[in-house]
Amino acid sequence: MHSIDWLQLSVFVGVLALITKPMGLYLVRVLDARGKTWLDPVLKPLERLTYWAMGVKPDQEQGWKQYTFAMLLFSLVSCLFTYAILRFQHLLPLNPQGFGPVSPDLAFNTAVSFVTNTNWQSYGGESTMSYLSQMVALVIHNFTSAATGIALAAALVRGIARHTAQTIGNFWVDLVRITYYLLLPICLVVAVFLVSQGMIQNFKPYTKAKLTEPYTIQVPKTDDKGQPVTTNVAVLVQAPKLDEKGQPVMTNGVAMMVDVPKLDEKGQPAMTNVPVMVDQKVEEQAIAQGPVASQIAIKMLGTNGGGFFNANASHPFENPTPLSNFIQMLSIFTIGSGLTYYLGRMTKNQAHGWSVWSAMMLLFLGGVLLCWWAESRGNPIHQQLGVAVADGNMEGKEVRFGIFNSALFATVTTDASCGAVNSMHDSFTALGGFVPLFNMQLGEIIIGGVGAGLYGMLVFVVLAVFIAGLMVGRTPEYLGKKIQSYEVKMAMLALLVLALSILGFAAWASVSQWGLAGLNNSGPHGLSEILYAFSSANGNNGSAFAGLNANTPWYNTTIGLAMLIGRFLMIVPIMAMAGSLAQKKIVPLSAGTFPVSGFTFVLLLLGTVLLVGALNFLPCLTLGPIVEHFQTLLGKLY
Amino acid sequence: MKEFFAEIRGAVMSTLILAVVCCGLYPLVVFGIAQALFHDRANGSLIVDPSGTLRGSRLLGQQFTADKYFHSRPSAAGNGYDPTSSGGSNFGPTSQKLHDSIAQNIADYRAQNGLATNAPVPADAVTASGSGLDPHISVRNAELQAPRVARARGLSVEKVLELVRSNTEGPDLGFLGEPGVNVLTLNLALDSLNAK
Repeated sequence: MHSIDWLQLSVFVGVLALITKPMGLYLVRVLDARGKTWLDPVLKPLERLTYWAMGVKPDQEQGWKQYTFAMLLFSLVSCLFTYAILRFQHLLPLNPQGFGPVSPDLAFNTAVSFVTNTNWQSYGGESTMSYLSQMVALVIHNFTSAATGIALAAALVRGIARHTAQTIGNFWVDLVRITYYLLLPICLVVAVFLVSQGMIQNFKPYTKAKLTEPYTIQVPKTDDKGQPVTTNVAVLVQAPKLDEKGQPVMTNGVAMMVDVPKLDEKGQPAMTNVPVMVDQKVEEQAIAQGPVASQIAIKMLGTNGGGFFNANASHPFENPTPLSNFIQMLSIFTIGSGLTYYLGRMTKNQAHGWSVWSAMMLLFLGGVLLCWWAESRGNPIHQQLGVAVADGNMEGKEVRFGIFNSALFATVTTDASCGAVNSMHDSFTALGGFVPLFNMQLGEIIIGGVGAGLYGMLVFVVLAVFIAGLMVGRTPEYLGKKIQSYEVKMAMLALLVLALSILGFAAWASVSQWGLAGLNNSGPHGLSEILYAFSSANGNNGSAFAGLNANTPWYNTTIGLAMLIGRFLMIVPIMAMAGSLAQKKIVPLSAGTFPVSGFTFVLLLLGTVLLVGALNFLPCLTLGPIVEHFQTLLGKLY
Repeated sequence: MKEFFAEIRGAVMSTLILAVVCCGLYPLVVFGIAQALFHDRANGSLIVDPSGTLRGSRLLGQQFTADKYFHSRPSAAGNGYDPTSSGGSNFGPTSQKLHDSIAQNIADYRAQNGLATNAPVPADAVTASGSGLDPHISVRNAELQAPRVARARGLSVEKVLELVRSNTEGPDLGFLGEPGVNVLTLNLALDSLNAK
C-alpha cells in the first residue's frame, strides 16, 4: 500500500465529489420534460421527431402502473429484437469473420443479460459475435437499459417529492430524453478520448502480424476432408507396481504406481480412438479488431460492463492505459453519484442527498481498503515457492494497472452494477475476492447501477427510517410522508427477492451435476464461483469468477432467470412504493421527526445495509471465501 | 385495447429509432472522428518494420523463448498471446494447478537468468495476466533478464538497460498506474540494434 496509491485514491474520490453537483444539476434539466439544456438546438428536433414516430404525447404523464407497464413492454420488445439478431447473425451483414448463429440458450441468456443491464457474458465476444451483433443487438441495451434504470430512479424520486399526486412522469419521455441528452453526448466525448489512449475503432477484419519468434503447437491431424484422424490405442489405468514376488513396491511407505492396459470383461485389452496430434508452426498473430471505443464508452457510463473482448477491460485494446482506466472507473460512478444530488435537489433537502452519498462513500472506502490490503499482501502459498513478497498477488492482473488499480476497479465495478473487470476476480486472494462478492450481495447500492443504485438505496432508507420509528415508538416519516405498512412490505419484498433468488439458485447448482460440471476450481473456491455467478446475475452486475464455465444450457437458463428476477421482480414493488408515496399528503415537521440527514442518519443507514447483508449472506460466505482465507494461511491446496 | 396498441407502437418504434441513433449514427460519428484524429491508434497501434512487414501491435504482447529476447509474462490466452482468445487462468488462490505452474515457472526463471535457488522472483514473471496479452513486464523483471540478453547478444548490460529504460511506459501523468517495460518494442529495438 504505497503512498502513490493513496494519492490515486484521493484523486479519484476528489474528482468524483467535484462532478457530483454539476451532474446532479444537469440531471434535473434532463429529467424534466420541459427542461432546457444547451444541447436543445441540436437535439430538440430529433426528440420531437422521435415522439411523433412513437405516437407519444410528451406532456401526458403516467400513473405508476402505466409507467411500469410501458417499461416492461419496452424491455420485452427490445429483448426480442436482440434475440432475433443473435439467432440470425449469419444471414445479416457486418460479419467478416463468418460466425454462425448463436445457440438458442446462449441467445436467450445474452438477450436477457443485456436487457436487464447485467451484461453477463457467457460468450467470448471475439469468437462468437459478429460486428452487427455487438454494435446493434448488444449496444442498444447498453443505452436503453441504462436509460430505463435512470428513468425508474427519477420516477421514484418524483414519487417521494410530490404529494397528493396521481402520476410519476412519462416513461417514454424519460427514456428518450435520458438517451439523447445525457448518455449520447457524454459517450461521444469519452469514446474519442479513449481512442486517443489507444482504444481501437474500426470495421476491419482481424489483422495478421508476423511473429518475431514463431512457435510450435500440437493440433489434431485432419484428413483431406477436414475430418480428424484418429488412432486405436489401448486404454491405460494406474495400478500398483509389483515385484517378482507379487508384492507391491513401496517408496517411503507409498505404493509406486505404473500404467497397465485396462482389460474388459473378456480379459481383452480395452481399446479407444484418440485423435492423432501433429506439430503446427504458429508464425502469425491474428489481431482482433472492431468498433470498440464507441461500445466501451457506454459500457462504463451506463454501468453495463459487457466487454467487446472476452478479457473485458483487462484487454489492452479495451483499456490501453492507466489514464483510460481512471476515466472508465470515473464513468461508472458519474451518473449514480449525480443522482444522489438530484434526489436532494428534487426533495428540497440537499443535506439528505449528500448524506446518502456519504453513506455510499463510506461503504465504498471500506471495500477498497480491504480488497487493496488483501491483494497487496499476496498469497502466502505462492510466496513460499519464491514469489517476491512485496509484489502482492499478480495472478490475473495487468502490469500497467498493478495491485492498487486492480483492487480499486474491482470494488468500483461491483459497488455499481457495472461488472466490467480489469483483472480476473477468480484469481484474487480469498479476502480480495470476498469484497466484490459481498458488494453485489448488498444489492449494489454503493453508488450502484445507474438509477438502480439509487432506488435500491432508497429501499434501505425507508427501512432505516422505519427502524428508527420503531425505536422511538412513533409512526415513521420520510421527508414529510408517513411510512406505513404498505411501503415497508414493498421494501421487504424487494430485499427478499434478492436473497431468495441468489441463495436458492446457488444452493441448487451446488448440489446438481450440471452445477458442479462447470467448475474450474474445487474446494471452497468452487462454492465461491457458483455463489458469485448467481449474485452477479441477480444484482445485474455481470462480472464473474470467470473460471466457471457457464456457457451450458443449464447455466445459461438459470442465470437468465436469475437476471430477470433480480431486475424486474425488484422493480415492481419499488414502483408500487413510488406510486403510493406520490399520493400521500405532507405531514408538517415536528420535534419527533427523525432527521434524514447528518451523522446519526448516515450511521443508521450503514447499520441497516450491513445488518441485512450480513444476516442474509454471512453463513454462505463463511463456507466460501472466509474458510478459504484460513486454508490459504495453512497452505491447503485443491 | 386501443391504448395497448398505442403502447406497443411506442415500444417498437422507440427500439428501431434508438437502434438507428445509438447503434448506427453514434458509432459512425466516433469512427469518423477517431480515424481523422487518431488514425494510428484507432487501427490498433500497429508496428510495421522498414520492410513493410506487420510485426504486431504496441499494445499486445507476444511470446518469446530465446535467450536473446526479453520474455513476456506467462499467458493463458489460447496457446499463448492469442488476441482472438483473450483471458486469464482463472485459478483461485488454493488451486493445485496454479501452485504447480507457478513452481515450474519459478524454477525455469531462476535457471534461465542464473539466479540463486532461493532468490525471490518478481510476481509478474511467473503469473498469467488477466488478458493473456499483457504487453508489459515489471521493471525489476526486465532488470533481472538484462544480463542474459546482453550475454546472448554480445552487448554490454548497460546498453541493454538503456534500451529497457527507453521502452518503459508509465505511470500516466506521473502518478496513475504502474511503470511497465514494453517487451515487443524492446525486443524489436534490440533486433534493429544488432542488425546495424
